[in-house]
Amino acid sequence: MVLALIAVWIIFTAVTDGIFFTPRNFSNLIRQTAVTGILAAGMVMVIITGQIDLSVGSLLGLSGMTAVLAQTFLHWGLGPSLLAGLLVGLVIGAFQGWLTAYGQIPSFIVTLGGLLAWRGAAKGISGGNTYPIGVASFKSIGQAYLGPGVGWGLMAIGVVGTVWLVLSRNRARRKHGLEPWGAGSIALRIVLPAVLIVVFVAALNAYAGVPVPVLILVLIALLGTFVTENTRFGRYLYAIGGNPEAARLSGINLRSHVLMTFCILGVLAGIAGAIYTARVGSAGPDAGTLLELDAIAACVIGGASLMGGRGTVFGACLGALFMASLDNGMSLKNVPDFIQDIVKGGILVTAVGLDILGRKKD
Amino acid sequence: MRAIGKSFPGVRALDGVSFDLFAGEIHALVGENGAGKSTLMKILGGVYPYPSYDGDVQIAGLTKRFRTVRESEHAGIAIVFQELSLVPELTVGENIFLGREPGRLGVVDWNGLYAQSAALLHELNLDISPHAQVGKLGTGRQQLVEIAKALSQNAQILVLDEPTAALTDAEAESLFAVLEQLRSRGIGTIYISHRLEEVFRLSNRITVLRDGRTIGTNPASELSQSQVIARMVGREVSQIFPATKHQVGEVVLEARHLHAEEPITGKHVVNDVSFSVRQGEVLGIAGLMGAGRTETLQCLFGAFPGRTRGEIFVGGKKVPISRPADAMAHGIGFVTEDRKRSGLVLDQTILRNMTLAALPKLSGRFTTNESREMEAARPVAESLRVKASSLYTLAGTLSGGNQQKVVLGKWLLNTPKVLLLDEPTRGIDVGAKQEIYTTIAKLAESGMAVILVSSELPEVLGLSDRVLVLHEGIQTGEFTREQATPEAVMAAATGQVAHA
Repeated sequence: MVLALIAVWIIFTAVTDGIFFTPRNFSNLIRQTAVTGILAAGMVMVIITGQIDLSVGSLLGLSGMTAVLAQTFLHWGLGPSLLAGLLVGLVIGAFQGWLTAYGQIPSFIVTLGGLLAWRGAAKGISGGNTYPIGVASFKSIGQAYLGPGVGWGLMAIGVVGTVWLVLSRNRARRKHGLEPWGAGSIALRIVLPAVLIVVFVAALNAYAGVPVPVLILVLIALLGTFVTENTRFGRYLYAIGGNPEAARLSGINLRSHVLMTFCILGVLAGIAGAIYTARVGSAGPDAGTLLELDAIAACVIGGASLMGGRGTVFGACLGALFMASLDNGMSLKNVPDFIQDIVKGGILVTAVGLDILGRKKD
Repeated sequence: MRAIGKSFPGVRALDGVSFDLFAGEIHALVGENGAGKSTLMKILGGVYPYPSYDGDVQIAGLTKRFRTVRESEHAGIAIVFQELSLVPELTVGENIFLGREPGRLGVVDWNGLYAQSAALLHELNLDISPHAQVGKLGTGRQQLVEIAKALSQNAQILVLDEPTAALTDAEAESLFAVLEQLRSRGIGTIYISHRLEEVFRLSNRITVLRDGRTIGTNPASELSQSQVIARMVGREVSQIFPATKHQVGEVVLEARHLHAEEPITGKHVVNDVSFSVRQGEVLGIAGLMGAGRTETLQCLFGAFPGRTRGEIFVGGKKVPISRPADAMAHGIGFVTEDRKRSGLVLDQTILRNMTLAALPKLSGRFTTNESREMEAARPVAESLRVKASSLYTLAGTLSGGNQQKVVLGKWLLNTPKVLLLDEPTRGIDVGAKQEIYTTIAKLAESGMAVILVSSELPEVLGLSDRVLVLHEGIQTGEFTREQATPEAVMAAATGQVAHA
């Protein structure tokens, strides 16, 4: 997947005479990834348990609209209004999760209904109108950049973190009787990610600094990865998706875990909604339409299986980056919208087809 | 059928089996689980096509080589297997004529279909409407529909595999009436069943299979039930079971008046079963398919999908067990019958599978600790002799024996007081079986109580300190190691209550 991403980047850079990889475009690209990436990070957890959520796009729109309306009509400050948006996401996520886990209604149906219903709700509370953001500081969530200093600081943390992670993993390998990595291998494992982090931050700083949405995405991705890889909760998600019967007979409470994943996705939809609305500068009743498809595609391209039991948060974010790169590159070349959609659809099916082919060979 | 032989990887299922059927006869085919009855019938029915078997199949004197099921149907053979092949969402009529709907050019003649179905059902004196949806009928009546379907094909040879397993007494009587009717019409029926009362009531002749060989074919009038039983089980015990010298302690688990009702039909699959098991004891539960052994274990583990009644006592205290987590909290572990379906997450590593049940003990409050998991899992995997290059190997790539050991390891990591084992050596090679027997003996020696369900009689007899026998959900016998002879256990398993 990483290779495919790099390949696509190289192709686009060549095809656009290098514009693709200018700091400005790169910065835009990464910023555009944020919303899909955040949704994908939550969606992948739902998919890992073998469920699906088709309503996140509508949820995102409803959440953003709630926040802006709270500011405009109820005159709430930034904090409370954002909280209201997140709460909308959480409550709806919990509701849909409850219907799926305890009501035994297939998640496809529950969230398909949600897709329609929450979009209707957004149109209802807004009367079909678009509302500009009243509180100026709101926009900064979607549009602001962190100062270069902050960027370098984060980069340093990233590099140090990578070094520590690789060394401690190696220590663990030795402890468990696995072959520890040779010096060359260690160097590679440290240098490659570190270089990427440095290049990443440098490129962003070269334009205007690390965008706030990107920081939020990175934090969510790290948190999500930690939860899925290093917690009991995450371990159970993979078991539930991999073999629900075996999970049940091992004492795992399937229903509460499924409910939890929907709640998490609901909150993330709220966060994504805030970023999306802030970037656009206003809340419209159609905000977020079809974004769930992008999120699902990102998860699947990143290695998740819709049957459950497979997928990673990191993969999902890479998938989001991949999709955003396609969007960005094709727009730079002024490829008509409809062709972009066809291409994205084709790539999605090809990517998954190749993945399944590869797995069958195992 | 002459000199029929069939092999599967690692096992010779049938060897030199001969079997014949006359028109107008009911010929019973009897034997333990795994004796080869279903395999023989699958050869007759074209499920195992020519030439995947040795020997000859002759119908009316002509040698037949069926390559598909359709070919055997054309030859007049209709088989009703235990696993029903009806489509629940379709009606009785649609199912009876599935694939052979009357009509022209692809347009179905519904009137004709339903008229013919009604006539057929009426002929067999079955009170079932052809318009009824099959999925809404109870299993018993579904079975009767399946038989009607078989007969609609103008079969001359009807094979029934455990037909009364899911029938109520009344339904069984209907079936018997139908079978006797068919016999007088000249149709030959092969009747596979372990219910010896029925076998003796219905059949003209009885053939006993054991370990893939024909032991004998005789008129039913010339045999007694005990003779049939003796033929079913008489064999040299070639497997060696570890000599047990463990001491038996306090009662650690007691079940009183367990009842379990199947979800849709309400049939009592466990009917007033009570027993206890002590520390260090191996309690075997024997019985034939459908006896309710797995369901009894499921009740103990809170994993039975239907309604249950009864009391369970752990360490003398009554405990409510309604879900697996409850049972686990009281120190019960359950190695299920089907490791791939309900024991393992095949996509995950051995390590993750083994630590799944014990994860709360092996991790922090929220975070997992791979070191701790490794430290706990490695010794267990070694003592079970799991053969894999590392614990990071995916469970799905292991052999059956190793997979079973991983599941066993999963429960051992949870240090249970009572371990429930359901068919622990199913589908496993001889070597791995030995290792598992040794493990079971060691567990008992260490003080664990083991409840063992197995369809292999030698296994149950060789490992258990006491044997409980179930027949159709009812307890029909309880034997100590000395009392548990193959004949006595099989007699109880086939429904004869032990004579004092």
